[in-house]
Amino acid sequence: MLGKTAGGLFWMFRFLERSENIARLVDAGFRIALTRSAAAEAEWASVVRTAGVQGPFLERYDTYTASNVVDFLLRDRSNPSSVMSAIDSARSNARLVRTALTREVWEATNECWMSMKDVLKRPVSESGLPDVLATIRRQNALVRGALTGTMLRNDIYNFAHLGTFVERADNTARILDVKYYVLLPSVSFVGSSLDNVQWETILRSVSAQRAYRWLSDGDANPKQIANLIILDQRMPRSLAFCVAQIREHLGYLADGYGERLDCHDLAQAQGRRLADHSIESIFETGLHQFLADFIVRNNALGLQIERDYRFYG
Amino acid sequence: MRVKIRHTTEYAYNGQVPYGLQQLRMIPKTSAGQTILSWETRVEGGSKEVTFTDQHNNHVELISLNPETRSISIHCEGEVDTADTVGVIGQHGGYAPLWYFLRSTSHTKAGPHVRALVKAVGKDYESDTTRLHALSAQILSQVPYATGTTDFSTLAEEALESANGVCQDHAHIFISAARLMGYPARYVSGYLVMNDRVEQEAGHAWAEAHVAGLGWVGFDVSNGVSPDERYVRVATGLDYSEAAPVSGIIFGGHSESMTVHLQVQQ
Amino acid sequence: MNNPSEFFDELSGFGETPRAPYADYCGWFDRQNEAQLRKKAKEAEVFFRRTGITFNVYGQQEATERLIPFDVVPRIISGREWSRLTKGIEQRVRAINAFLHDIYHRQEIVRAGRVPVELIAQNEAFLPQMIGVSPPGGIYTHIVGTDIVRTGEDEFYVLEDNARTPSGVSYMLENRETMLQMFPELFSRVPVREVSDYPKMLRRSLSACAPEACEGKPVVAVLTPGIHNSAYFEHSFLADQMGVELVEGHDLRLVDGRIAMRTTQGYTPIDVLYRRIDDDYLDPLNFNPTSMLGVPGIMDAYRAGKITIANAPGTGIADDKAIYSYMPEIVEFYTGEKAILKNVPTWRCSEPDALAYVLEHLPELVVKEVHGSGGYGMLVGPAANKREIAAFADKLRSKPSNYIAQPTLSLSTVPVMTKAGLAPRHVDLRPFVLVSPNKIEITPGGLTRVAMKAGSLVVNSSQGGGTKDTWVLDE
Repeated sequence: MLGKTAGGLFWMFRFLERSENIARLVDAGFRIALTRSAAAEAEWASVVRTAGVQGPFLERYDTYTASNVVDFLLRDRSNPSSVMSAIDSARSNARLVRTALTREVWEATNECWMSMKDVLKRPVSESGLPDVLATIRRQNALVRGALTGTMLRNDIYNFAHLGTFVERADNTARILDVKYYVLLPSVSFVGSSLDNVQWETILRSVSAQRAYRWLSDGDANPKQIANLIILDQRMPRSLAFCVAQIREHLGYLADGYGERLDCHDLAQAQGRRLADHSIESIFETGLHQFLADFIVRNNALGLQIERDYRFYG
Repeated sequence: MRVKIRHTTEYAYNGQVPYGLQQLRMIPKTSAGQTILSWETRVEGGSKEVTFTDQHNNHVELISLNPETRSISIHCEGEVDTADTVGVIGQHGGYAPLWYFLRSTSHTKAGPHVRALVKAVGKDYESDTTRLHALSAQILSQVPYATGTTDFSTLAEEALESANGVCQDHAHIFISAARLMGYPARYVSGYLVMNDRVEQEAGHAWAEAHVAGLGWVGFDVSNGVSPDERYVRVATGLDYSEAAPVSGIIFGGHSESMTVHLQVQQ
Repeated sequence: MNNPSEFFDELSGFGETPRAPYADYCGWFDRQNEAQLRKKAKEAEVFFRRTGITFNVYGQQEATERLIPFDVVPRIISGREWSRLTKGIEQRVRAINAFLHDIYHRQEIVRAGRVPVELIAQNEAFLPQMIGVSPPGGIYTHIVGTDIVRTGEDEFYVLEDNARTPSGVSYMLENRETMLQMFPELFSRVPVREVSDYPKMLRRSLSACAPEACEGKPVVAVLTPGIHNSAYFEHSFLADQMGVELVEGHDLRLVDGRIAMRTTQGYTPIDVLYRRIDDDYLDPLNFNPTSMLGVPGIMDAYRAGKITIANAPGTGIADDKAIYSYMPEIVEFYTGEKAILKNVPTWRCSEPDALAYVLEHLPELVVKEVHGSGGYGMLVGPAANKREIAAFADKLRSKPSNYIAQPTLSLSTVPVMTKAGLAPRHVDLRPFVLVSPNKIEITPGGLTRVAMKAGSLVVNSSQGGGTKDTWVLDE
């Protein structure tokens, strides 16, 4: 496979994942703003920070109003991480690697792009937002479904998944990191409504509110929440799950190509770090520090994959 | 005459070059007046990719720079037996049609100065060769040999206007004027044995024009003669850019400096 | 389906009853409901849009991906007509390859005085770097798209020999695919010859031209300028259908004397490169130094016999419009036979008499740029107003050698489906020819381009033209 193709697949699926994650962030922000209008502005600010686009946002707007943030995160093409930009990039990459995709995957991606262009043609009203967000999730799911249902399980499939999980790991870590303080025992008022809402937001941002309810006894507890999102291998957006997936797909590549590379060592180290920690020890070493470190290592892993598989040169 | 040549060209870059290619036209061929006894090219900092023959029948080698190199040096060494043919190379060979040598190039495009030169030389001569010798003499009188005012990118028109030039400029002006007169003409890069020294700063260049009956005839404007046994032809082209010993493409945006060590001796 | 008209209609001739090749189709059509057909036509558009069969239009900032209109009424060619066409095309393509070899070697045709030396010497499409180069297998034009127009029952003319990088073959294949999906029953009624083998034939044909340096099964790749190129869809489509890599210039470099592509596991040499990049951009070391699309040194590897480039660099000299006017001489010189297919009479504006005639008759003529393509920079006299004609006359006077002129041909028509029912529209035909050392293959059919505007003679997609499925009957 061409190095460029591997890179195109990796980024196609990173961008698709990003578009869905941004939609999920907006969804979580929207809910909190609905229920707690007093905290709305602070909440939207943290959404922008989580999306990693605070700088560009502030160049453009002075205030974190719902309409500013929603427009910037969903539609603004000057924001490279907006849903529209991400879908544009995903489709450009899909065009680049068209020969590596089944017709079904290409068409699902193309339709995703066409329907995004359509629903994001005009600013999204508050009443229209839930529908738009649902469309984003649904279109993404269609691409994923086509991928799972029609693609050979070969290196193409592996690079696609590496993109998905490197992006997802980064996203989950950032969601937690922006809100880590609400999970710290020192500032948490157990049972207070503030924390309940904040915890709910975190769970919702990673689509884990349902899972959490199943797995816990109904009592929200910061340690359990952190455990679920960081260490629980059953949770498809947890750091542990993402790292396990990355390792699995890198492992297939090593087998297929008969070559173990530096990225394999980085991934293994990342896995070992998670395995060596309990949620208690993470809190002891410092949740923020742990997450910041994870993000740096995850980025380094992404770059190493790029180099080892010659995406660019 | 047995001519011994040792020629080293070194390029140093102010950073690591990720990728680069150099086309070399540095291998002389046996032709009228010269027999190659031995010739060797060696490259440090690069490796030979392919060799081929170009449209001028030049023997071309393509070199790639070794990844991340900061310099490349090309050493040529060989011995050539030469004879005086009073500049006559002989009938045209190869597939390049003669009309091709009437094409003007950016270096040899005729402008007002070249046209004035051709007019000054006039038409009234007993033979084509005397007319071309007159052209050669006229160029040298208008553009005396002087280094430092022109470089490899100087055009024939510009050199005429500046009234100073080196062998390359003389060759370009000659070619431009000869084509305007209707003679197919080409640029020759090569070596010249100098009477007073062995170490030289650069290779030599002159021109050839195609004359009915004789075929290709050489004219070294700078020295006011037709090439004799002191000359070794290496490559030909429509102008410098097609016959240059080295031309390449270097990625990475680094600046380069070139050093030449050349010994030509009997 | 009646269309008595001054133009030859492929369905009804000059009369009112269907011509033989259309008999079966008309039998089917007469039992169709028109509203239903129109609905199908709409579905086809959705299908094309979803598949991404789009092309980019130069010079448009926004919405650069456009669909080429597709018409559901097929263009039908009888087996007898086709066999005559293919004989003529084959003869022409052979002559073109012999011409190219000659032009880059001894130029016997010039020495023999059959074409004037200026035609070659002053031609920008003549590529000096090809002088003396013999491509692997002796093939210059691996893929040719010969543009043909029809003016009567037995009147076929060659309009252009596209010998550089003809495009449109993906539409030929997708149009058929669409028709098969929309009207499966039609294909059991009418014996239509298959086109779907084209990608397999293309790969085989390219592989047969592998260079000597090739070891084992030839590695073929398609070189594209990238996703922003107007024909990117076609490039990726062909690579996909052939099962070969689609590469860009920056995927390639010289490694151990071969042009190799960067894969996830290192560099792999390429034997045959089907390039969809113009000569000028192919190699910044040897041609345009500012090109970011090409591969430095590929021309050197080519001259060293290490890679096959299809089509060969420098083939543009054969489809130049000034050379076109000499095609009858060229065919005769190299094949010893009279040309089977006719040339459109052509005035070369470089000749003073011709120029005078052309300037006097501009309102009746079609004037084209010698090196132009895509319908840009041309004048269609009968469709132009006085001001346009005057402006064009100025351009023509200032650089006559840049133009040729031809009579306005009465292009045949084929009905298209419009809101008001069937209506005749002018068409041309581009069959696709594959040339390898052993044989010349022509896929039965080709791309029928159709001017979607009533009366218009411009079929180029860049000028709003559409396409039709093209049927060759198996008789």
